[in-house]
Amino acid sequence: MADSGSDSGDYAEPKLNSLYQHLILEHYKSPRNRGEVEDPTVEIHMQNPTCGDEIKLTLKVENGRIAEVKHTGQGCSISQAAVSMMSQLLADRPLDDAGRIAERFTEMMHGDEEARKDRSMGDLRALAGVSRFPVRVKCALLGFDALQEALKEIGAAT
Amino acid sequence: MPTDVRAFDPEVLRGDFPALDQSVDGHPLVYLDNAATTQKPRAVIEALDRYYEADNANVHRGIHELSRRATEAFEGARSKVARWINAADATEIVWTRGTTEAINLVAFAHGFDMLGAGDEILLSILEHHSNIVPWQLVAARTGATIRYIEIDDDGEWILEDLPDLVGPRTKIVALNHVSNALGTINPVEKVVEHVRSRAPEAVILLDGAQAAAHMDVDVQALGVDFYAFSGHKVCGPTGIGALWGRKDRLEAMSPWQGGGEMISVVERDHSTWAAVPHKFEAGTPNIAGAVGMGAAIDYVGAVGKPAILAHERDVVGYAIRQLESRFGDRIRIWGPKALDRRSGVVSFSLDFAHPHDIATILDSEGVAVRAGHHCAQLVMKRYGVPATARASFYLYNTIEDVDRMVSALGTVEDFFG
Repeated sequence: MADSGSDSGDYAEPKLNSLYQHLILEHYKSPRNRGEVEDPTVEIHMQNPTCGDEIKLTLKVENGRIAEVKHTGQGCSISQAAVSMMSQLLADRPLDDAGRIAERFTEMMHGDEEARKDRSMGDLRALAGVSRFPVRVKCALLGFDALQEALKEIGAAT
Repeated sequence: MPTDVRAFDPEVLRGDFPALDQSVDGHPLVYLDNAATTQKPRAVIEALDRYYEADNANVHRGIHELSRRATEAFEGARSKVARWINAADATEIVWTRGTTEAINLVAFAHGFDMLGAGDEILLSILEHHSNIVPWQLVAARTGATIRYIEIDDDGEWILEDLPDLVGPRTKIVALNHVSNALGTINPVEKVVEHVRSRAPEAVILLDGAQAAAHMDVDVQALGVDFYAFSGHKVCGPTGIGALWGRKDRLEAMSPWQGGGEMISVVERDHSTWAAVPHKFEAGTPNIAGAVGMGAAIDYVGAVGKPAILAHERDVVGYAIRQLESRFGDRIRIWGPKALDRRSGVVSFSLDFAHPHDIATILDSEGVAVRAGHHCAQLVMKRYGVPATARASFYLYNTIEDVDRMVSALGTVEDFFG
């Protein structure tokens, strides 16, 4: 029998546990900042056409900072936990910071070790295990795709 | 390959499929994604090898020996397909890339020419996107409108609506024989009867992608105009499929692609067409694919489709009983309640986990299922779910495969329950 499932990751814990960490399930079950910002500066609707997961991200920007960020939508544990963690980290950050976090997170999803150890990424570090599940990376990035789109719109407007 | 009829035994049959003999993440593979594509028996893989190793040449144009052999194998496979669905003649079989291309062929070659503003195309919301989007293209081009047969809570067509849906404006009726998303075996005979009495000139096409591998198909008895299906869902190679069309319908249609093979005479300013089916087969066809599909039909035919369907019913019945007793009211199994209305598909939702998380956890235990909208977004919208998990069974799946799936769903419950 051939074994196609060799696991090249250097994590000590079982693969599945590295994906479904307690913190991820906790964010999934009790998402932070769920809802819609009133009178938002920007509103982005992002959908993953291959699976139907969707996120609506609303941001309020004041003086170059993200004053408020909320999300609604539906999807798998990874997409919903990621956007919840993202929203937690973005609140009251300068816009430049938001762009950096999005870039850092994308690096983490591509297996970057430095990004995984970056403490400034907060709860998002719990998602590092997703990089070992290539088909699920797009789930984790859905909220960040919405964020990148939002930053682009804000950039174009100012 | 089973050239003689042998007793139906999935344990023996699975030995014919090399891909099933492997481990995923240290677990023996349980392959339950057969509605997406079936695995290939050694007989098909060897037929492809033999063709490329000994007979490879272009068809219909060489005098030499290899071209003769390739043409014979290619046309021989066409005859097998014709017999398989009881077509009146092999010239009624057009090779395509698969079901999708077969439907597009009818949409482009018939729909674009024959429809106009005010005409109606009748579909059902149970269709795969491949039997919706081509008709939306036709509607956009011609001004025709699309109407839909709705489904009830059990995934069955609401036939009471037919008198309102079918009339003199109905020009095309395109429906799936078996649903890929829910497994419903659709009462196409009833719809055909209704359409023939109320809109005798309407062209009826059946999407047989999910039916051809599981049940005997008799296109003449069905009384339709077109029947489309794919090789890769009947144990054959990818990239090959067939469109059956009634001879007079095919002859009335213009070509939809131009090139070699499909012409009779080419002049500077015009050309004349080859006879059907070659009129619709521009360019070098997928010769090896056709040969492989012929071998697949031989294999599945020798196993016997009535035996396959009966086996699937046993396995599906067992799966539904196990799932319901294990998860009670925390699982919703979509599709018909009556087993004889359902093919080898079990589409389900758990109230505590998203289908993607289900599929990832099952995969980590070697169980391959599909999670998503199954290219049937209208069905998902009807039931208000973004996606479902779908286990689809075939001749080589066993009761033990079901047990492995249910056990892996226990792990899903451990994480999410």
